[in-house]
Amino acid sequence: MNEEEFTQHHISQQFNLELRELRNQVLSMGGLVEEQLSNALIALTNNDQQLAKRVYANDYKINALEVAIDEESTRILARRQPTASDLRLVMAVIKTIPDLERIGDQAERIAHMALQMPNETQAKHFVTINHLGEKVRQMLHDALDAFARLDVEVALQVMREDHKIDHESDSIYRQLITYMMEDPRAIPIALNIMWSARALERIAAHSCNICEYLIYFVKGKDVRHISLEQVEKQARQPR
Amino acid sequence: MNNSTLTHGIDIAQLGRGEATLCLDDEHLCIVVKNLNLYYGDKQALKDVNMGIPSRRVTAYIGPSGCGKSTLLRCFNRMNDLTDDVHIDGEILLDGNDIHRPSVNVADLRRRVGMVFQKPNPFPKSVYENVAYGLRLQGINSRRVLDEVVEKSLKGAALWDEVKDRLYDNALGLSGGQQQRLVIARAIAIEPEVLLLDEPASALDPISTLKIEELINELKTEYTIVIVTHNMQQAARVSDYTAFMYLGELIEFGDTSSLFTNPAKKQTEDYITGRYG
Repeated sequence: MNEEEFTQHHISQQFNLELRELRNQVLSMGGLVEEQLSNALIALTNNDQQLAKRVYANDYKINALEVAIDEESTRILARRQPTASDLRLVMAVIKTIPDLERIGDQAERIAHMALQMPNETQAKHFVTINHLGEKVRQMLHDALDAFARLDVEVALQVMREDHKIDHESDSIYRQLITYMMEDPRAIPIALNIMWSARALERIAAHSCNICEYLIYFVKGKDVRHISLEQVEKQARQPR
Repeated sequence: MNNSTLTHGIDIAQLGRGEATLCLDDEHLCIVVKNLNLYYGDKQALKDVNMGIPSRRVTAYIGPSGCGKSTLLRCFNRMNDLTDDVHIDGEILLDGNDIHRPSVNVADLRRRVGMVFQKPNPFPKSVYENVAYGLRLQGINSRRVLDEVVEKSLKGAALWDEVKDRLYDNALGLSGGQQQRLVIARAIAIEPEVLLLDEPASALDPISTLKIEELINELKTEYTIVIVTHNMQQAARVSDYTAFMYLGELIEFGDTSSLFTNPAKKQTEDYITGRYG
């Protein structure tokens, strides 16, 4: 089944519209969250206080979308009693929204760290987190892309990526500990970066959750809390 | 007793993942349909249907009008015999015996396989006589026995409290929902093994519908219930197993939760989600 079929061809045109609108709202929310993360990362590494403040100011939009999409999902459940893929779509949406909202919160947290960075922060501290940030941003982008195109393969790729993220943040922690031991004056900065790395690690985990919901939606298989090998096996089974 | 996995009263080890708690392979089958074909004249209404109806479960048939679900239901107590120009081949086994064998007494078959129709059809007699009718036909006239069966059946059909003071009033004075439950009481008075329900709630208001559904849930502890319904939500609510039929063919048959959340066939998906294929 392709993305068209999921939200089309109902006898009720109105139902088609409602499901399509629901999906579009989730994708808009995803776009907004992605933008927030991008801006927070730029604000952190470029020490751009203005941009950090803007990330702060924009978080309410994500929260408002979360509430609106929740309401719309409840309304569809009550009025349409969806079944099969329609039901799985609404369930996947209801589960995806809180993860997106939390990613928004983590982006806000990174912006908060950016605001606390002193002006004289050395560039060397940012090198590693830059790399991690770019990777996580790409993961989030791919997760949303998988959701938009109902692409299980891309979702699996994101889930594989998450393991690398865990390794990478571990090595960042070790590196930061070295900095702190070398120069105790670097502790406040190192801690800020550490918190940011932690936020990025959480965002990667939330992106993986979104991929799990997508696999449930497309394949009807609940792939939470099982090994990656099992996930791949289940996701590739023909329906 | 091993309590090692019991956490706050929940047995964690027993929690499922995706697998249905009901499985057709584990069920004792009451009715088995083998290679059933049915023709109305030249027109084939059922095409090579194979399935097993599990005992003491609710099995629902869904599908668009004219897909053959009522025709199949009517095969189970040979109601199609009453229609002209019907030709059937294949087997229907009730507890292992083919119901089409010449030695089968059709009246006896219909006593074992009771049926309730879309429109309540009480006899123009008293409530009491409606329920007692089947027993009187069997030659049972003992007042004590009849009183007992009437009360038990009306209680079984969740109607007793509403009619116990008007047992001798004409049944046609009851509401539609009460009439339908009266008809169910009449059907269970003769203690059938199987109860066939053909759209039992489609002429009833939502509250009466819920009462019938509640009743179905209670009756399945004693009877095998087969229900045909146009209302998919109703099938989802009351049945343990659901069969989807289309153009005389059995497309998919499985446990209700799986069929409604993750159907295996695209045709099923299209039908239950309200798409056109």
